Amino acid sequence: MAALGMLTSANLNGGQKLAVKYFTVAIALFGAQVLFGMLAGIQYLKPDFLFGILDFSVNRMLHVNAMVVWLLFGFIGSVYWMLEDESGIPVVGLGLGNLIFWIFTLAVVVVVVVYLLVQVGPGEQSSIWLINEGREYIEAPRWADIGIVVCVLAFFYNVAATFAKGKFTNIGGVLVMDLIALAGLYLAGMYYTPNISMDQHWWWWVIHLWVEATWEVLVGCLMAYGLIKTMGVRRKIVETWLYIEVALMFGSGILGLGHHYFWIGTPEYWFTIGGFFSALEPIPLVAMVVHAVFDAGHHKLKSSNNPALGGFMHTLPQINLYTHGTQWTASHGHLAFFGAYATMVIAFFYMAIQKWRGDVWMGANLVGAWKWKWAIFMLHAGMITMVMAMLVSGYEQSQIERAIGGSTWMAYFAGQEHRWFMQGMFWRQIGGWMFSIGFVLLVWDMITIGKRETRAAYVLPTETVTA
Amino acid sequence: MAETQTQALWWASESFWRKMAIWVTAGSFVVLIFLTFDTVKQITAGTKRVPAYSAINNRIDYVFDAGRNFQVPVIGVEEPLFGKKLTEAEAEAMVSHGKLTTQAKNCMGCHTLLGNGAYFAPDLTKAWLDPAWGSKDAREQAMVDFLMHPELAAHNALGRRMPNLGITEDEARATVAFLKWMSSIDTNGFPANFKPIDQADAAAVAAPVAEPAAPAADLAASADVSSTPAQQ
Repeated sequence: MAALGMLTSANLNGGQKLAVKYFTVAIALFGAQVLFGMLAGIQYLKPDFLFGILDFSVNRMLHVNAMVVWLLFGFIGSVYWMLEDESGIPVVGLGLGNLIFWIFTLAVVVVVVVYLLVQVGPGEQSSIWLINEGREYIEAPRWADIGIVVCVLAFFYNVAATFAKGKFTNIGGVLVMDLIALAGLYLAGMYYTPNISMDQHWWWWVIHLWVEATWEVLVGCLMAYGLIKTMGVRRKIVETWLYIEVALMFGSGILGLGHHYFWIGTPEYWFTIGGFFSALEPIPLVAMVVHAVFDAGHHKLKSSNNPALGGFMHTLPQINLYTHGTQWTASHGHLAFFGAYATMVIAFFYMAIQKWRGDVWMGANLVGAWKWKWAIFMLHAGMITMVMAMLVSGYEQSQIERAIGGSTWMAYFAGQEHRWFMQGMFWRQIGGWMFSIGFVLLVWDMITIGKRETRAAYVLPTETVTA
Repeated sequence: MAETQTQALWWASESFWRKMAIWVTAGSFVVLIFLTFDTVKQITAGTKRVPAYSAINNRIDYVFDAGRNFQVPVIGVEEPLFGKKLTEAEAEAMVSHGKLTTQAKNCMGCHTLLGNGAYFAPDLTKAWLDPAWGSKDAREQAMVDFLMHPELAAHNALGRRMPNLGITEDEARATVAFLKWMSSIDTNGFPANFKPIDQADAAAVAAPVAEPAAPAADLAASADVSSTPAQQ
């Protein structure tokens, strides 16, 4: 084994070597998300900024797509990270996994270059096959959709075959079932119809059932593994919790899909179903927070934010009629994605770096610990500032545009021009700068943490001791 | 009593929650499948909630329904788009071309459609009925002109403009067809409290077109820097 504190791939098992490749791309895409979000934010304040060169629609598309893909890369990497540990054997078909990583990364690069340089096409099928599908979050052209499904299937093969050959733990079982759902649901988004009601109906199957069901369970699996690894929590307890979370998440999340079916042409019974079940959706998230409270003081697993608070009222139809499609949604989206997913993936980055440097000390009194502490502070403070600012703008927009103005274009701009709205946008940008600084610190810290560290990692007491 | 320390109670045991997880997931999914069959039937084009594409041959309005306690789209008298009545197949082809245009130009990158998308520009659900177009007679051409050269129009005091996306005249007309058709979808009263463009029959009024249309068309084309004080 190489010297402590050096980045050496000899410290990693096969799956983990692949994982750090995924993590590296994920961090680069996280940076892209921050960059294009900043550009789009500036365009709210200075509409002529990059007008006709890199319009808001392009920046915004890159902002949200980079988020979806970096989290996906982070999740895939995290699963490869834990796979050999959890199953007890080397990854089955690792060569394929490596090949797929390069294909996947290349495809992402091509999609982004086309987004940036081609941007839009004629109103023909060829445009949605080659350039841009124009459907929020899943804008990636159809050829890339097919590529994503192939990549996810190869990934699924790695995971399922490894668990099947090695030890099939409860975490492994939940994970395999969840990945089947994850891959299958993506297919629902891969078709064209002139009927926009039908389009959005199936589109939500991908967006909602990914984000509010399968991603949550995936993160539940990762967190279960993380708790056992970093805190030495007993497996039996963690796995029982995981099943509780699955029951709560799928129990509320599957029919919670209905809260997207209020206004897109779908029948009125979704008011009752969607309103009821999506109001239950915070419960599993609160449960996860309770879960994460154990992590306090342990920087490698930062506690989950609770994205539920703003979301709860927002999902009741009586309120949503006035908030649907406003800055309320943007506010909720930012907090929820960051709190539920981004922090989890960042936690895995740190676990990876620790092992990569030969299991160095990453507990108290770390050399240069100010960097991660400030990174976390700036990321959280920036996020909270952005979310609160958008919430203020959202309140104003609901009132002026929707409640008073009657939702016409004039009412829309009356809302947008209002001083309170623009103040919210200004402070959102300040929050964006804070978040950007946090991101830079985070990357700097990840490159340097544990570098000159000579102490070995704290060894957790084994299960028999805690039991 | 001491045994409960090591042996979990049945309601706190792993096997109980494993069964719960499986049954709850399967149960929810079965309910969702049943509802999906019904929903898909109800949102197929040519039904009550989502009208046939040939609805673009008629006037579409958005009026308050006392029974449902919100506004609903109403398909009225014959009023063909661009003065040309289309068959169902022709109408579908035109709406589809418009839908493809909205996707290829990534309209959702700034606008919301049925409330979904981005929030940099107005919602398009009822764009066809928006009073900003001025008069219902000038509307069709005003929409086409705007879509082809949006960068020339200043909509607001903020200076936010729509970029030129290279929309051809055919694409612009198809997009208008798509927007007109979309306004006929029953969205359970979204957007609420909406004040549609005046579509009352002008037939009885024999007034010259030019006179009332002029200020209205002006409003549509450059609507409107001066509108802000009026709004507040």
